[in-house]
Amino acid sequence: MLLIRCPWCGDRDEVEFRYGGQADVAYPTDPHELDDAEWGNFLFVRANPMGALTERWVHTAGCRRWFSVVRDTATNEMTPDIPRRRESR
Amino acid sequence: MMSSSNPNRLNASVRSGRIDRTRVVNCTVDGTTVQGRPGDTLASALLASGTIEVGSSVHRGRPRGILTADCTEPNALVQRLDGCPEPMLAATEIELYEGLEARTLSGVGWLSGERDTARYDKKFVHSDVVVVGAGPAGMAASLAAARSGARVILIDQHRELGGMLLDGQSHISGHPATEWVGRAARELAENQNVRVLTRSAVLGCYDHNYLLVAERRTDHLPTSSGAATRQRLWHVRTGQLVLATGAHERPLVFADNDRPGVMLASAVRSYLNRHAVLPGRNAVVFTTSDSAYTTALDLLSSGARVPAIVDTRPDPPARLVEQARAAGAQVYPGAAVVATEGAPRISAVRIRGLDTGGALNGSPVDVSCDLLAVCGGWNPAVQLFAQSGGTVRWDPVVAGFVPLNTGGRSTRVVGAARGTYDLAGCLAQGFAAGAEAATVAGFRIAPPPVPQVDGDRPGARPRPVWAVPDESRPPEACTDHFVDLQRDATVADIHAATETGMRSVQHVKRYTTISTGVEQGKNSGVNAIGVLAETLAANSPGEVGTTTFRPPYTPVPIALFAGRTHGSLYDPVRTTPMHSRHEQAGAVFEDVGQWKRPRYYPRSGEDMHSAVLRECAAARTGVAIQDVSTLGRIEVVGSDAPTFLDRVYTNGFANLPVGRARYGMMCGADGMVLDDGVSMRLAEDRYLMSTTTGGAAKVLDWLEEWLQTEWPELDVYCTSVTEQWAAVAVVGPDSRTVVGRLAPDLDVSAESFGFMRFRETVLGNGTPARVARVSFSGELAFEINVAGWYGRALWDAAMAAGADLDITPYGTETMHVLRAEKGFVIVGQDTDGTVTPLDLGMDWAVSRRKDFIGKRSLSRPEMLREDRKQLVGLLPVDTDTLLPEGAHLVEPDASRRPPVPMLGHVTSSYHSAALGRTFALGLVSRGQERVGEVLRSPVDGSDIEVEITTPVLYDPEGVRRDGPAQG
Repeated sequence: MLLIRCPWCGDRDEVEFRYGGQADVAYPTDPHELDDAEWGNFLFVRANPMGALTERWVHTAGCRRWFSVVRDTATNEMTPDIPRRRESR
Repeated sequence: MMSSSNPNRLNASVRSGRIDRTRVVNCTVDGTTVQGRPGDTLASALLASGTIEVGSSVHRGRPRGILTADCTEPNALVQRLDGCPEPMLAATEIELYEGLEARTLSGVGWLSGERDTARYDKKFVHSDVVVVGAGPAGMAASLAAARSGARVILIDQHRELGGMLLDGQSHISGHPATEWVGRAARELAENQNVRVLTRSAVLGCYDHNYLLVAERRTDHLPTSSGAATRQRLWHVRTGQLVLATGAHERPLVFADNDRPGVMLASAVRSYLNRHAVLPGRNAVVFTTSDSAYTTALDLLSSGARVPAIVDTRPDPPARLVEQARAAGAQVYPGAAVVATEGAPRISAVRIRGLDTGGALNGSPVDVSCDLLAVCGGWNPAVQLFAQSGGTVRWDPVVAGFVPLNTGGRSTRVVGAARGTYDLAGCLAQGFAAGAEAATVAGFRIAPPPVPQVDGDRPGARPRPVWAVPDESRPPEACTDHFVDLQRDATVADIHAATETGMRSVQHVKRYTTISTGVEQGKNSGVNAIGVLAETLAANSPGEVGTTTFRPPYTPVPIALFAGRTHGSLYDPVRTTPMHSRHEQAGAVFEDVGQWKRPRYYPRSGEDMHSAVLRECAAARTGVAIQDVSTLGRIEVVGSDAPTFLDRVYTNGFANLPVGRARYGMMCGADGMVLDDGVSMRLAEDRYLMSTTTGGAAKVLDWLEEWLQTEWPELDVYCTSVTEQWAAVAVVGPDSRTVVGRLAPDLDVSAESFGFMRFRETVLGNGTPARVARVSFSGELAFEINVAGWYGRALWDAAMAAGADLDITPYGTETMHVLRAEKGFVIVGQDTDGTVTPLDLGMDWAVSRRKDFIGKRSLSRPEMLREDRKQLVGLLPVDTDTLLPEGAHLVEPDASRRPPVPMLGHVTSSYHSAALGRTFALGLVSRGQERVGEVLRSPVDGSDIEVEITTPVLYDPEGVRRDGPAQG
């Protein structure tokens, strides 16, 4: 049972949340500009690292807000998503 | 002086024990009365009575005896017969109580089949510091942490705190250690921030310091002792965790090491000191380390003879050898027990020399005995540490697997659990870890000084021997060298596993079944690893590694996990405001999500089939009424609400005029149908969306996800209003009459109240209502919505208004038939997450003009395949045959031998009153092209011929929607 820090409600048990997968997979501005392979990648291909993964959660049984955290997939250690990674875009 | 019923009970002047000698407790084992004292376990009472033998072994039927005094017991497993029978309980763990009835087992117990009437419950708690294990290290940690003011929970499996201190004669600060234990226990009990859970096992240690703890609250009391909760499952989240879980002694592996009378040296000591029971009068001790010398000395001081101490080490510590000799024991250094005799209880052992290479040497010495105390070394109890994510390593100095890191950020391991076996060391580590944990948790404190401890010296290095060589047979033939006693698995079995090519300890475990019994490797695991390491010529057991440590730490009844979550409390039940009326009408209910919905309303003598035909006929020819309050309702509000709905629905909603309703379908980004429903436009910036009964929560989540994560710039708010509304559907040619009576101010004529329009009105009973002309049956129909608390009044008013027209309540089954006759799909029944709107033939609901979520996916190559499954109607050629839902459809001339290509399957199937026959809906490859074809559905060994049709089987022209012409 993970202990997840909701930025709005604080530390809560995992059962209050729903998982949203890898973060920062933006919906394409115009999906129809993408060819089939690119659209397929958007739909189905996600990172699966052993280590740090920025991922989305939603506090379904609480404030219903979405947020991102960085989780180490090997240890489940969770830290707040910090905007640093956005610079590398 | 020993009493007649307890011949092996030591006189109080020899050993006081932690038993109450003023009282007798009677229990029954295998039909024979056994007497013990309060403070006994079932095992200690049996030993006191002179019984060491228990049930024979599971596969080979070999006689077995009590081996341990704790939860690692592989032999003394019993079935409890009193109360609710329970299988495979360790006699070493059962506290004796008056009326206990048990039967010894040969490795297999049974479930009673009776309902367990005991109560189980759960508690959820938070703490700053949890300490697991109340031996010296754990008690020290608890004291240090508790003095800081932190909230502390101390958890121990036994009835009393103290751990190994209760088994021995140690002194702390010049007084018996039990006095220190008593003072510490009082201090903890008096501290309001401390909770002490005894008789409680930590079953699992999960992510982020989440613990599950099973507390046995009444298992030590007579079964009839009242209605208290039998066991409680504690869910504990703690900031800091101190593991003081101790260590388990290993047995030794040699020929016929399973004979009754072979017992762990620490267990012998525990029975002597804790229970004042002498398990044997003539005891040989066989050891690989220092600790068993204490057992020998305790035996000698209890009046037993110890003819031999057999030590695998060629040079055991001189002081121990001298002490033993002075007390009357002969020490055999560099030697091993190579065989036992007995019929069945052990009567003699054979001792031979063991050279430094591990080979036998010298001539044998036979020594008679009635007890063999064995010590193969100690296994730190790292189970919980490993479950919490910790890694273990092999430590050659302590000859055990120990935690790789003992001081994580929030988990600390102290004492024997990390291979520290001296009392002073345990106390020092405990005090330090308790103070550190409290300090990290925000309660700064320095560790207390460590008290003086006497008679306690660091141990000499052990010499583990994983399997004593047989006198004549090679290892692969050592079929009587037992590694796992409960599973009857031997050294030969491990050799057989490696002979097949297995190298991984995980494979060998599963092949041999070693460590899969109730002790889960606590007794057998490391010996198996040691034997495997030798077999594979590995440098150390560390090279082989351990199997994965998984919860639960000790066996636990499933009933404890269920707690009170069974029967009517299994899941929350949601009912509509009209629920009592459905009950009064004799409705049969079905579960839709958490909702209770009427399935049908049988009249006397009716089964579901005839009730549904009657209800359908009423809806098609007269008037019928259904409670539709369970439909999900979401208000979508804001200046961008039209834009937003245009994006989430496949069809357009921005252009929907105020006052009108529209059916909408939504897809996932992958283009697959997600949900559907009718939405009304209440105002320019306000829609009331309806969802399927089961999909409401999912759809709200879906809308929120897009609003928050992709389109935060949109001014839209979504609110679930499902429970604010109650609604009925009034259906059938006579529905206009009924609704006209219900809402006298409303013009219900076809001309002024068109299809997919809604009106606000006040009903004749004074209730404000919103009335919509929507239909899920193809008939003229009205949906009347009122505030939830008027739901029952609405139902009553509608029933009264239609009484003379025989208004008929109908349930979900009739609703399904009516909609299927019209080819209307139910998302989740006719779709399964692989179906697009185009597969359903609903091109009309898919906008070409605008983009929407999932639109791009509809042009993926997979979606354009011509052989996709498409929605069709299915008419069995025999009009009385009902296709089972889920039945497959194949070509008529398809081979009957698998694999048979499947063309599709049946998704909905019913009897139709209107059609006078059976019919179905299904998904069939190239279905739209196949209309008119006859396919075959193999069901239960015979074939059903099925004609493919278009999905709309009733009133395809749609003339019934506006009802009969007025006039």
